[in-house]
Amino acid sequence: MNAVSALLRQRLFWPFAALVALLVADVRRTPTFLTIRVQDGHLFGGPVDILRNGAPLLLVALGMTLVIATRGIDLSVGAVLAISGAIACTVISTSAHPGQPGTLLLAVALACGASVVLGLVNGFLVAVAGIQPIIATLILMTAGRGVAMLITEGQITTITSPAYRTIGAGFWLGVPAAVIIAGLILAAVAVGTRRTALGMLVESVGVNPEASRLAGVRSVSILLAVYAASGLFAGIAGLMVSSNVMAADANNAGLFIELDAILAVVLGGTLLTGGRFSLRGTLLGVLVIQTLSISVTIQGISGAVTPLFKAIVVIAVFLLQSPAARERLRVRRRPAGGSASGGSASGGDTSDGGSAPAVPLNAKVAN
Amino acid sequence: MPTEPLTSADAGPSAGEAPSADAAPGDRPRPGALLRLRALLHLDQQYLPVVGSVVVLVLMLVVGGTRYDNFLSPLVLSNLLIDNSYMVVLAVGMTFVILTGGIDLSVGAVVALSGVLGARMFESGYPAAVCLPVMVLVGALLGVLAGVMVLVVEVEPFIATLAVMFLARGLCYVIAPESVPIRADAITTLGTSRFGAGEWVITPSGIIALVILGSAFFLLHYTRFGRTVYAIGEDEGSARLMGLPVTVTKLGVYVLSGTCAGVAGLLFAISTRAGYSRNGIGMETTAIAAVVIGGTILTGGSGYVLGSLLGVLALGLIQTMITFEGTLSSWWTSIFIGTLLFLFVVLQRVIVLRRT
Repeated sequence: MNAVSALLRQRLFWPFAALVALLVADVRRTPTFLTIRVQDGHLFGGPVDILRNGAPLLLVALGMTLVIATRGIDLSVGAVLAISGAIACTVISTSAHPGQPGTLLLAVALACGASVVLGLVNGFLVAVAGIQPIIATLILMTAGRGVAMLITEGQITTITSPAYRTIGAGFWLGVPAAVIIAGLILAAVAVGTRRTALGMLVESVGVNPEASRLAGVRSVSILLAVYAASGLFAGIAGLMVSSNVMAADANNAGLFIELDAILAVVLGGTLLTGGRFSLRGTLLGVLVIQTLSISVTIQGISGAVTPLFKAIVVIAVFLLQSPAARERLRVRRRPAGGSASGGSASGGDTSDGGSAPAVPLNAKVAN
Repeated sequence: MPTEPLTSADAGPSAGEAPSADAAPGDRPRPGALLRLRALLHLDQQYLPVVGSVVVLVLMLVVGGTRYDNFLSPLVLSNLLIDNSYMVVLAVGMTFVILTGGIDLSVGAVVALSGVLGARMFESGYPAAVCLPVMVLVGALLGVLAGVMVLVVEVEPFIATLAVMFLARGLCYVIAPESVPIRADAITTLGTSRFGAGEWVITPSGIIALVILGSAFFLLHYTRFGRTVYAIGEDEGSARLMGLPVTVTKLGVYVLSGTCAGVAGLLFAISTRAGYSRNGIGMETTAIAAVVIGGTILTGGSGYVLGSLLGVLALGLIQTMITFEGTLSSWWTSIFIGTLLFLFVVLQRVIVLRRT
């Protein structure tokens, strides 16, 4: 019993349970869902699809994790993704030699460079100008798609470049290139934050910016770096998305990806209030969201209904995860006498603190 | 600037109330336009963002009026309110949420859901007396859901309303993936009636928006609920310690925003005569931008619904000017909105810095 409750209290238990439940449902529907087969030397199968389609989201969510760890948020990633795709596709489509490796390199370099600059602009507004992150990045979120439209001149720029196609839809050594790119970046971020002091510095800025500044942490540089990384990762995701469809769609590329990414980060146990972050949790969150999208299609439901299931999973996971809600259920189970007043009192008092230990205390007082 | 002579004459009283350091020695060379205006009007610092909105609005009207013929005609100005009536309602609801320090990302999706649901119900032959209230109530219901998630499950407002947004969008596609036309007489009547004096006209939608704006103004400034909203935004802990009904008020704020989104869905359906599941994408961002441009500060506690009206009108004027310009492509709208937002955020930042 104790072991079970300890397991249930693990932060990542419920997202993990959701992932397993989704996979089980998929296997029941399509028994071969989890089989990976090799065709023409390339890997195919359900898990490969999840990873490949989830690569852009994972990249965006990685950047978002770092930003959220500093108590920030980056709403502009979808717009940056669109701008990056627009730049790359415009460079390739206007080039005299679209097939040349030089063109490809130029396109990728320009797109990534612009994404870093956009990230730095966000970082500047947050770290130097001291503007709230949600508003600072809302500016670029609002204007960004307009800028992307400006670059593509309002068209959906289509291109033909087999080399560029590799980034989003190709294979390296049999593995989808997008998965390798995302995996390498995940590894780099993990090593960079967990094997060096960088991760701790990021967390310290999120826990208490003023205290960490006094302790000698250069929070301005950390914030700039974090937002630049978020921009860069969104830009790379933009390359993947545009290369997957061989077109830059300024209006729809990466639409709502910022919301999916934030959701993935929060599902993975990183709090929006900053501080400790979990890359493992973010990966799990991305897998849940991506598996959900694929599951909806496998179950034969129109893909357009995906948001509904997303909402159900999110609400369910948060409901089960929430210490307040669990405590409340426990209070309800007690004899009827004090339950009504106990419920309202603990609800009233806990919503500002939100910390787990405060809840039983209040419940006891109320009873 | 025409205000110059008045300012220097009026500088005396302002020096007393404002920090003397920046009024006394700096008043001749460059006491910024806004500061001078403030001195002129004896404005409290808290009104400064709203004054900024007024200045921008007036500037846009002046620029538009000198650049384009007929820009300042009553018809254009009437249409400014009429075309943006749904956004006024959305911004009013959003103002309440932001004043408590929260945010509501679900409003765009609720607008779509309200429209789709109404369209389907009209199609199935329900009378308007049933459909119209349902369109509003669905918003209120989703507002309850968001509020309960914020208060009971203790999910951050951002995430809670995000979940509601996904829920509403998903339900839209379940109800009708395609655009459903509304041919009911009630909607047609509401959409085509015009009242007016001379060239000034107003539609039922415009009237609804103004009534909601007026009620919100009353609610915010003349009721206990409104005071509690400000108190929560200033400092939730203190508000709780003072014994204010924080939980109920916060729930009320989300229900209010949801209800406003339902009404906005109705107004949007009236103007488009259809319900479509892809309506309202990005509407929440525009509403938030309008609230910020209207002078409400996102950390809560400071702002006005009338400011949000100014914010909506400023955004609407951008659209009008781009239409009048004729040669500018539609995407310039979002670039201009972003630029305006940027300017206001910087302005607010300067004000906050000055205050501390």
